[in-house]
Amino acid sequence: MSESAPTAADTRRLAEEARARVRFEEEALELSDQVYRVARRLVGSREEAEDLVQQAYERAFRSWRQFTPGTNMRAWLLRILTNLNIDRGRRQQRSPQTTSIDTEAGDYFLYNKLESQVPDENPDEDRVLERLSQDSIVDALAEVPHDFRDVLVLVDIGEFSYADAAQILDIPMGTVMSRLHRGRRILKKNLADEAVPSLDGGAT
Amino acid sequence: MIDWCEKCEEMMQPFLDGALSAAEVQEAERHLEKCHWCAKRYRFEERLRHYVRVATAEPMSPDLKAKLAALRTPLH
Repeated sequence: MSESAPTAADTRRLAEEARARVRFEEEALELSDQVYRVARRLVGSREEAEDLVQQAYERAFRSWRQFTPGTNMRAWLLRILTNLNIDRGRRQQRSPQTTSIDTEAGDYFLYNKLESQVPDENPDEDRVLERLSQDSIVDALAEVPHDFRDVLVLVDIGEFSYADAAQILDIPMGTVMSRLHRGRRILKKNLADEAVPSLDGGAT
Repeated sequence: MIDWCEKCEEMMQPFLDGALSAAEVQEAERHLEKCHWCAKRYRFEERLRHYVRVATAEPMSPDLKAKLAALRTPLH
């Protein structure tokens, strides 16, 4: 009879599936540094980021069949992670008021302000950039309200395209672009405030 | 009259994002070649973006890495 034939096919199929699963898991783990780097700036603390990444990987490994091979796995993992983050209600996260943020200053505003604090005539741009410490950048980014920060972190730190960011956050691409635009302005305004505030008082 | 510096300022973000049309890129580049004032601000913005990426990068702890590796399905 043909009873052993399906069993052999089943075995083959199972073996193939096991291999696909191993490949999926290896690929996902190779991306973990990049996933963590983004996660760390989506939330307020290292502990929270570690928690979130671990939960995201647990969920990803459980639902690995939903991943379409050949598509962007890093975006897929981050979509799981941002969904978890939103489900957690962004608990320990600050939600600053967005109404009073003045982002009217143009895109040259930060440069102009920093340059005016460098004593040299016509300094090169690296001298100007030195006005910003690493800590001031981390703080300035953390102070960006989370709707804007999510987009900023995905595009400017995670180096995702507008389209990927839209898919990860489940928002229209136009919203990604407007939040990115506004988020960068807010970041720059925060950076301008963080840079050598002691010189600020007598400026006007 | 067009204020080219103002126009260039507006084009900076989409320029660096690669979101401008070829014609717009050409327009911006024509101005940047002549205008050191704008060119400097473009270079600064490029360096700033890079600096933000580097300054905010925090390596993952070996502990977390080990935890993630432990999630793998055991091989039979």
